[in-house]
Amino acid sequence: MVYFWGAIVFWILAWGINIWIARQNESKVLSLFPPILFGVSVMFIWEASILQFDVSPVILPPPSAIYYKFISSIPILWGDFVQTAIKGALSGYLIGCGAAFLVSLIADKFKFFERGVLPIGNFLAAMPIIGIAPILVMWYGYGWQSKAAVVAVMVFFPILVNTVQGMKMSDKIHKDLMQTYNASYFQTLLKLRLSTAMPFIFNGLKICTTLALIGAIVAEFFGSPIRGMGFRISTEAPRFALDMVWAEITVAAIAGSLFYGGVVLLEKWVTFWHPSQRGRA
Amino acid sequence: MNKRSWIGSDNKILPVVCIITFIVIIWYGFSIVLNAPWEYDKAKRNSITLSTADLVSQTWSQKRPKLPTPHQVTKEIWNTTVNQKVTSKRSLIYHGLITFYETIYGFAFGTGLGILLAIGIVYNRATAMSVMPWIITSQTIPILAIAPMIVVALGSAGFSGLMPIAIISMYLSFFPVVVGMVKGLKSAEQLEIDQMKTWSASKTQVLFKLRAPRSTPYLFTSLKLGMAASLVGAIVGELPSGGGKGLGFRMLSGSTFGNTLHIWSGLFSAAILAGSLIAIISIIQRVVLKRMALEL
Repeated sequence: MVYFWGAIVFWILAWGINIWIARQNESKVLSLFPPILFGVSVMFIWEASILQFDVSPVILPPPSAIYYKFISSIPILWGDFVQTAIKGALSGYLIGCGAAFLVSLIADKFKFFERGVLPIGNFLAAMPIIGIAPILVMWYGYGWQSKAAVVAVMVFFPILVNTVQGMKMSDKIHKDLMQTYNASYFQTLLKLRLSTAMPFIFNGLKICTTLALIGAIVAEFFGSPIRGMGFRISTEAPRFALDMVWAEITVAAIAGSLFYGGVVLLEKWVTFWHPSQRGRA
Repeated sequence: MNKRSWIGSDNKILPVVCIITFIVIIWYGFSIVLNAPWEYDKAKRNSITLSTADLVSQTWSQKRPKLPTPHQVTKEIWNTTVNQKVTSKRSLIYHGLITFYETIYGFAFGTGLGILLAIGIVYNRATAMSVMPWIITSQTIPILAIAPMIVVALGSAGFSGLMPIAIISMYLSFFPVVVGMVKGLKSAEQLEIDQMKTWSASKTQVLFKLRAPRSTPYLFTSLKLGMAASLVGAIVGELPSGGGKGLGFRMLSGSTFGNTLHIWSGLFSAAILAGSLIAIISIIQRVVLKRMALEL
């Protein structure tokens, strides 16, 4: 009982502090606190509710149990991470983004192709593409290659649509200027059009980081060697070893955030000139 | 336009038809290539030599092909929709309806949650500061991948049937709604808010008479994204539920028993379902925005 009310009191206090912080002037350090306080109080309430209501660990393990499991099985988790995130997701992401980029260059060169590819790409980007996972696993076998293939197909259309859209963003006046410089097609492409397209391309790249991890993990549900995050989740969940499952979820969350953060850093470095990046560094 | 646009001016139909035809041709080609080894194997066992015409016709009509041809998939969809009773477990309409319900429930909850969160974020700075970062983080977690686990956990907690899957759908569909609605609710001009103030409008009045109408274009864009996400959530949520229902389950069982036609027909039905749900929202969007005179 004490734990539970303690957690509730902590939450109310934290919320009070957050309201106080929200009234202060904008500052970099202060704005870090509300999300952290919120997250910590959620953790406390989670842990305390499980103690209070005597929730079976089969349904929801407390954060502390997940933490111990995480610490004690780092070698397994690392192996799964390499198998799924590096071999499956990252390689598929690179292949898919590269292919989409090449196709969008072709689409940009031939307007007829572009007019056809844009509606189809937009349509397919909204489709449940994850459904091809069983088919690709059947074609490419249980190894990481099939996962990379699923990821490549999943990230293809969002990148394609964003890049094609971005390539249209350069102003007529800038193109005319390039022409007066007697710039070749590739010079215009590289120095003007791709640069202006970069914010859009990065928009697609950011969306796709999560898609890539999802694709790699879900594809493992349809068959995988005896390691990988999806494999571990699908074998441990029916055995009700939920602390292990949540440890994998933690790994997935960390991997997803790192992946996303990495792309954001790259974006800051490449598109430092864009209004949305200025004044935030 | 520039000088390269010599076929039609802004016509999209011809290019789209061309590309689809091209894809279908490639598809037929690949189904020969991918299905050929099996036919060669069979011919070798029966010690006959295959003519090219035989090879083509046989690879296009295998019972369990590696890659079924478009006409095989169409026939399978026709057989499992029109020629089956809707209540039969063999009917794609039966499975499609289950997935449809899960999607709609998840979509409704997700939209509701998304709009409430957006109102909270717009009106309360403390909520915005403490919750918004977590909303963004929540989407970098590949939740879809852990959907099966959530279904199992909720199932053992006594929730069964549609609910656990609808919760997954909700988790996926609330995000586009929050992001879109925060933008939309903030899209009212300062001038308009000041005008409301001079009329001494209350906060609720500003919300319902100014901010909410202003946000409708954003809402519809978010709804389309949310619907697509919700369907994906429903399909993946079905994978481990073991209920034996829904398009996702159909694909999984097809993959387990090597029945490729089931996978492909399931995939296409899911695509048709997604397409029609989004089309419905688009129609509503057009009508509503026209009546609100927001359509340009």
